[in-house]
Amino acid sequence: MTAFLYLVVIILFAVSVWQMSKILSMSKAGEDSSTSQIANDKDNKINGKLMLGFVIFIYVLAFISFYKWSDVLLPDSASEHGVDIDQLWLISMIIIFIVGIITQWLLHYFAFKYSGKKGQRATFYADNDRLEFIWTVIPVIVLAGLIIYGLFTWSDIMNVDTEDDPLVIELYAYQFDWRARYAGDDNILGDANVRLIEGVNQLGLDASDPDAQDDIVVNELHLPVGRKILFKMRSQDVLHSAYMPHFRAQMNCVPGMVTQFSFTPTKTTEEMRLDDEIIAKVEHINSIRSEKNVARAIAGEEPLELYEFDYLLLCNKICGNTHYNMQMKIVVETEDEFNEWLSTQDNFATTMKN
Amino acid sequence: MSAQGYAHPVTHDEHEHHHKETFITKYIFSTDHKMISKQYLITGLFMGIIGIAMSLIFRLQLAWPDKQFTIYEVLLGKWGEDGIMDPSVYLALVTIHGTIMVFFVLTAGLSGTFSNLLIPLQIGARDMASGFLNMVSYWLFFISSVIMVMSLFVEAGPASAGWTVYPPLSALPQAIPGSGAGMTLWLVSMTIFIASSLLGSLNYIVTVLNLRTKGMSMTRLPLTIWAFFVTAIIGVISFPVLLSAGLMMVMDRSFGTSFFLSDIYIAGEVLHNQGGSPVLFEHLFWFLGHPEVYIVLLPALGITSEVIATNARKPIFGYRAMVASILAIAFLSTIVWGHHMFISGMNPFLGSVFTFTTLLIAIPSAVKAFNYITTLWKGNLQLNPAMLFSIGLVSTFITGGLTGIILGDSALDINVHDTYFVVAHFHLVMGISALYGLFAGVYHWFPKMFEGRMMNKNLGYVHFWITAIGAYGVFFPMHFIGMAGLPRRYYTNSAFPYFDDLADVNVVISIFAFITGAAQLVFLYNFIHSMFYGKKGPKNPWNSNTLEWTAEVKHIHGNWDGPIPEVHRWAYDYSKLNKDESDYVIPGQDFAPQHIPLQDNEEEMNH
Repeated sequence: MTAFLYLVVIILFAVSVWQMSKILSMSKAGEDSSTSQIANDKDNKINGKLMLGFVIFIYVLAFISFYKWSDVLLPDSASEHGVDIDQLWLISMIIIFIVGIITQWLLHYFAFKYSGKKGQRATFYADNDRLEFIWTVIPVIVLAGLIIYGLFTWSDIMNVDTEDDPLVIELYAYQFDWRARYAGDDNILGDANVRLIEGVNQLGLDASDPDAQDDIVVNELHLPVGRKILFKMRSQDVLHSAYMPHFRAQMNCVPGMVTQFSFTPTKTTEEMRLDDEIIAKVEHINSIRSEKNVARAIAGEEPLELYEFDYLLLCNKICGNTHYNMQMKIVVETEDEFNEWLSTQDNFATTMKN
Repeated sequence: MSAQGYAHPVTHDEHEHHHKETFITKYIFSTDHKMISKQYLITGLFMGIIGIAMSLIFRLQLAWPDKQFTIYEVLLGKWGEDGIMDPSVYLALVTIHGTIMVFFVLTAGLSGTFSNLLIPLQIGARDMASGFLNMVSYWLFFISSVIMVMSLFVEAGPASAGWTVYPPLSALPQAIPGSGAGMTLWLVSMTIFIASSLLGSLNYIVTVLNLRTKGMSMTRLPLTIWAFFVTAIIGVISFPVLLSAGLMMVMDRSFGTSFFLSDIYIAGEVLHNQGGSPVLFEHLFWFLGHPEVYIVLLPALGITSEVIATNARKPIFGYRAMVASILAIAFLSTIVWGHHMFISGMNPFLGSVFTFTTLLIAIPSAVKAFNYITTLWKGNLQLNPAMLFSIGLVSTFITGGLTGIILGDSALDINVHDTYFVVAHFHLVMGISALYGLFAGVYHWFPKMFEGRMMNKNLGYVHFWITAIGAYGVFFPMHFIGMAGLPRRYYTNSAFPYFDDLADVNVVISIFAFITGAAQLVFLYNFIHSMFYGKKGPKNPWNSNTLEWTAEVKHIHGNWDGPIPEVHRWAYDYSKLNKDESDYVIPGQDFAPQHIPLQDNEEEMNH
């Protein structure tokens, strides 16, 4: 029935368009035949002014966006290398905004200033080697700076020095959840292969590998603050991406290979919850949620829980229908708390025995 | 090189007049480049309607994920029962939206349309080098479009692994239903599409090299032709690589090979595949995928160069720099693909190399932007709809290009890779910019396509201003949800309370999207109405220098009734003054078309 209604609406719309076109063409017949579809001085004047208005619209849009939405952005980095990334980000953004504001202004202002008038003579200006040299060289210098800065940051982040004795943790992705595997006392991950997946051995660990016996598999990621972590990523089925936005960390999980990413968390979950930005953000989210709860109460639905901040691991590579909900909670805590938590978890040998 | 090209058989048109064209040879299996260009345009616009409609449907879902809309049930059938969108169809929509917009609208619809229309007309040729191959190229495109649309109706749904179709997701129907028959049809369609694109591109290259009229040296070519020519070359270089990736994918899916698959446990069983790597597919895909961005963008920039110069009544500033930057962009575009893969697991050192090459590409792009701005300076701007879209293109090209500096930097890419920041970036720099180029081309050359009929300028103004505001309204705020850490291709953000505060940004984006979508109806109406009832304008409505405006208004096979005009100057002698600067070189006329010989009182430039 509704389909039929939609069909009627579409047909009526088509008819009205057709009628409108008839009216338009009839009204045209009476018009002076000199009305042309080529812009005249009046069009140039109006559209020139609109161009000036448009560049102001862009500025206002940018200003409002920052004013209204800067509180939704990620808080300061909670990892060591993230501070460098944020610094580089800020510098790049400042450059982008300066260039953007100037060039957009010139473009639209010229469109306004030189909008056509009858009898106005355009300047024949085809070349200027010096000018072109200048605006080739300036981007070269600016970009060279950004490239060098970026490359140093990048290689610092990606080259993992094993002499730092990082804590090795495997992030294991599958449709549509995560598991984390701690390397145990020896800090060496035991061998694993999808062909060995069976029953409780969900990650396919090699039971004959001595290194695997003390490995600990969990579904909540705990990290000790201030210690370098080396993540080894594995995927069981399709591509996934381990994305930890608060730590400025991301790496794809690729079936058939082990990828890695390393960072040092600098703020515990508790510390982060006391961060001003996070407090404001959580308050904002909870006010939205309680608003929704009013509507839910009327509809007789269960109310949403109050939100409390936690670090997140998200999947950031399309991986199937439930891609949008493939997440794991990350808890950053002090070394002592971490060790205590870890000691309460069963290791692989124990799990297999039970 | 082109000496042979000058000698056109004059007997050609006499012979042409004898044979009577039937409906089928004129409108369907036509070998005339003008008709083929119209076929490309209309097919492209039709696909564009589908692609944009899809984006509006998923914008509805993204803005109001917890609401029910009967429209889902009407349009999506079993995937929209009770007005709730199924997550799998959401992924299918974004996948097909991307595929259609990138390949079918902005590659075939833009480059196919205007390369076909303008190459012969602007270089002074009677038709393409091979009219027959040209016809085959269009019909292969048509078949691939039909197959792509058909794939929407298969039982398990169309391809839904994202337009990049990364395996294993796209290779295994166990992983997502769309990777069954839907993905097979996607591969078949794209294979035919690539064949079409290659035939077209080879034809364009040969035509530009061999069929230029007398006097039309390469350095006198309008920038449109330079852009189409170089675009065709990148297409020939990179599309075959996608074909090879597609073939390996077919092998993996149907014949048990392991090019891209290894160590997979899915749906309770271990697959036999061993030794392949999805990263290999990513390399092959982006070896086309990145040049593809420029295959989409360069024709738009070419069109813009021509439209801006004509309507500014000024020569394009720095013609040689513009040509050099087209060539530089084309060359660099083939060695930057790895910036899509910084965090794919490839060696970080490679990431450094690709960061370097990627940021280099900003230099020729900056030169282009500055040259456009300088072309406007001290002009006498005729703000026709095509001109507005061209200025709009420069604006979105700058805005979108600048955020490329962030994404091209491997260190910064870590945290925004695959977030909405990327979506905002590429939609502005290649999506919206290329669409503006398409619109600029349609408004500018409509009279050439439809025998002198012109589109209504006031509707054009309405179309431009709503689109311009809407496009920024959609994509500027989108950067913010990306910087907030929201991944793309999420059916809903409500699984993460952390993202609850992004809901109102999403509503703003969607509302702008619907308004912008509605503005395209104005264009469609204007286009269709003007096709039949548009006012006929003068032969050279924009007072343009290029050769197409000397061709007959009425479409004839062979373009010029008499001999092909000879070219005596470059395409940009707008507002050129005579030696004593008392008047234009042609008194009282601010332009000197390419076929006009050098005047007595005129200083010769080295063009």
